[in-house]
Amino acid sequence: MSIKAEHLNYIYSLGTAYEKQALKDVSFEILQGQFVGVIGHTGSGKSTLIQHLNGLVPATSGKLYYEGKNIYDEGYDMRALRGQVGLVFQYPEHQLFEVDVLTDVCFGPKNQGLSPEECEKRAREALELVGFPEKYYKQSPFDLSGGQKRRVAIAGVLAMNPKVLVLDEPTAGLDPRGRDEILDQVAYLHRETDMTVILVSHSMEDIAKYVERIIVMNQGEKMYDGSPKEVFAHYKELEAVGLAAPQVTYILNALAEKGMNIKTDAITITEAADEIMRNFDD
Amino acid sequence: MIRDITIGQYYPAKSILHRLDPRVKIVCTLLFLISLFLQKSVLGYVIAAVFLFGVIRLSRVPFQYIVKGLKPIIMLLMITVLFNLFLTRGGAVLFHKWIFTITELGLSTAVFMAIRLTFLIIGSSLMTFTTTPNSLTDGIEKLLYPLNKIRVPVHEIAMMMSIALRFIPILLEETDKIMKAQIARGADLESGNIIQKAKAMIPILVPLFVSAFRRANDLAMAMESRCYRGGDGRTKMKPLVYKGRDRMAYLVTVVYVIAVFAIGRYVPFHIWIF
Amino acid sequence: MGIIQTEKLTFEYAKHDEEGNVIGMNRAIDEVTLDIDPGSFVAILGHNGSGKSTLAKHINAILVPTEGTMWVNGRDTKDPMELWNVRQSAGMVFQNPDNQIIGTVVEEDVGFGPENLGVPTEDIWKRVEDSLKAVGMIEYRSHSPNKLSGGQKQRVAIAGVIAMHPKCIVLDEPTAMLDPNGRKEVLRTVQELREKEKVTVILITHYMEEVIDADHVFVMDEGHVVMEGTPREIFGCVDELKKYRLDVPQVTMLADELKKRGLDIPNGILRTEELVEALCQLKQNT
Repeated sequence: MSIKAEHLNYIYSLGTAYEKQALKDVSFEILQGQFVGVIGHTGSGKSTLIQHLNGLVPATSGKLYYEGKNIYDEGYDMRALRGQVGLVFQYPEHQLFEVDVLTDVCFGPKNQGLSPEECEKRAREALELVGFPEKYYKQSPFDLSGGQKRRVAIAGVLAMNPKVLVLDEPTAGLDPRGRDEILDQVAYLHRETDMTVILVSHSMEDIAKYVERIIVMNQGEKMYDGSPKEVFAHYKELEAVGLAAPQVTYILNALAEKGMNIKTDAITITEAADEIMRNFDD
Repeated sequence: MIRDITIGQYYPAKSILHRLDPRVKIVCTLLFLISLFLQKSVLGYVIAAVFLFGVIRLSRVPFQYIVKGLKPIIMLLMITVLFNLFLTRGGAVLFHKWIFTITELGLSTAVFMAIRLTFLIIGSSLMTFTTTPNSLTDGIEKLLYPLNKIRVPVHEIAMMMSIALRFIPILLEETDKIMKAQIARGADLESGNIIQKAKAMIPILVPLFVSAFRRANDLAMAMESRCYRGGDGRTKMKPLVYKGRDRMAYLVTVVYVIAVFAIGRYVPFHIWIF
Repeated sequence: MGIIQTEKLTFEYAKHDEEGNVIGMNRAIDEVTLDIDPGSFVAILGHNGSGKSTLAKHINAILVPTEGTMWVNGRDTKDPMELWNVRQSAGMVFQNPDNQIIGTVVEEDVGFGPENLGVPTEDIWKRVEDSLKAVGMIEYRSHSPNKLSGGQKQRVAIAGVIAMHPKCIVLDEPTAMLDPNGRKEVLRTVQELREKEKVTVILITHYMEEVIDADHVFVMDEGHVVMEGTPREIFGCVDELKKYRLDVPQVTMLADELKKRGLDIPNGILRTEELVEALCQLKQNT
């Protein structure tokens, strides 16, 4: 029960003047139920990578196993895979198109060939999971606020009952509260359903707060792969490739340099506060 | 994918043709096209070929690039040629089998039609290869300016054209993204009959239209906030002014056109095609 | 009198039901009175839907108040005779980098504003060159905007505004659609402009990190200005900001947390160095 990539390579516009290698020999395994963050600056290959996971973009070479089967094998059912690995794109609200919220969320299950009753049941469950208020189910999705639209779009993918949920910058353009609400909801989903969640984000603070494992992409290659504490310990190397660590990492490192007795691996505010207080409590 | 369409796309190079005033290129291209259709002598085609070849050399656009631009219309070319070949009747019968008959006239019409169309496409794509879309719109605006007097909104039309040019690549990219997003939701865009396929486009077209309107709205606001108020009282960053080379280009083209016509009419050993 | 001044500015719009009938009025801005000094860097903070963008659009006379008055550079924005003067003195940069670039070549886009103002051709070239240099985009002058990164596109948009020689630049969430590097790039550009060109900058945003260098911060909620002061004063009130759906940088949050746990740390810490400094001092004293 996992996603396993072996030596994935992907080359854009092969054979033209614009040829560019977007993925270079990327391998990893993500186990069912993990909460994984993918970071990397724009153009690092992280968006290309996640579009491989549901077969939208086929690798130029390499193998990708979902639950033990290579998805590039002859006769592999790609549409079934897309139901299993749900992909939420950046600004997903831009794909809404139906007359009302409920019908829009039904689009995914309908494509899976479910009966109308079953579709509606799934849609209602999905909307409930993202915390969308029932009184707006019959509203046009175009009349909703930005944050609500995004919930509907995420529900549209959840309604397919995926085992893996991939989110490409789900908080882009939202205000701080909207951001926290969406991410809390995703964390809740992860806790409640044993879904694998793969979160692409630019915000190191968000990543540090939610995920258990981070994959760092740089120039098409996997740069680091480990727990947030392990990855952010390389904060200087991350900075060299245009990334950063959460602010607390910098504070703790600066304090340690000034001679305070401090472990620098805390990444959330509570942990950092605990660590600093140890210096003052006695 | 959808983004790789390249018919007549601007080819950046530093050549005399690239530097010419867009008005010259538009007018001369038109003259060249007219010259192709109004004469019928073999010698005329030879002169046209020499002229075209000279212009290609001057443009510094590689020959392969031009040939590549012909590919998408090869089907159209073939169909026209076949129609002319089999449906034009006149002169001696060269070939006859079942319902297919090729006559002398049919053969020569087909051959010359093929040459004519090829020249026509190469000629007009040379214009787009060497002129940025923007300067092309500038040229059209300036050429059509007299129509302003009869209340044709020339400036507005030109502005719309250049905005369209700016947004086509953006909207193509957006289409690509929306398609991917809907495929990720299990949409099936390939299989089914025509009606099913058309229906499958709705989840792509609706978001695309919504986005196009949102962009149009944003753009209108951005233009107004930068004091845009139509063509009146507007100055130009790159005004079009004829230079020596532009006059020269007009002269060469006019000489070419006269030569083609004169040969068609007065040279005694001309060979009439039909 | 300030460069931007409002007096009980109110903006209402009609709410419609499904058949298009008016069912009531929405107040996007409710009696806002403020005064902004020439040459200052002012930030307006607020969550999505707080009315901050509506307010920004008033400065450029894209919207005009339904009640009250807005003056830009001493001119009433409601006066149709002053419309173009107002728009020339207060330039505006919008959120979406793609939807505000009109030209198909960078330099032509920057020239668009001066062309509209009827500036003579030679002057346009000079202005375009100066503004592209000011935002550090001169080497991209003959590029297509489609090939630029988000941050670069926003810098082109800023150059397009500067080329109109405005007294004031309003940036309406210029970084909301950018990645962290693009965000830094745009803010650095704005900072440099302020120093070099001496224009008034009004930055509208919901990213708190972006306002720490501002001279003055307004916080908006439900169409009202609910907080006002220097960044330090504003950031000192972590709990109140949370109430308005806003957030403070991690360092301010950490300082706040340490204070709640009994450490004697000054209010409104903005930068990591400040907190490190404060903690080191505290350590020496114990």
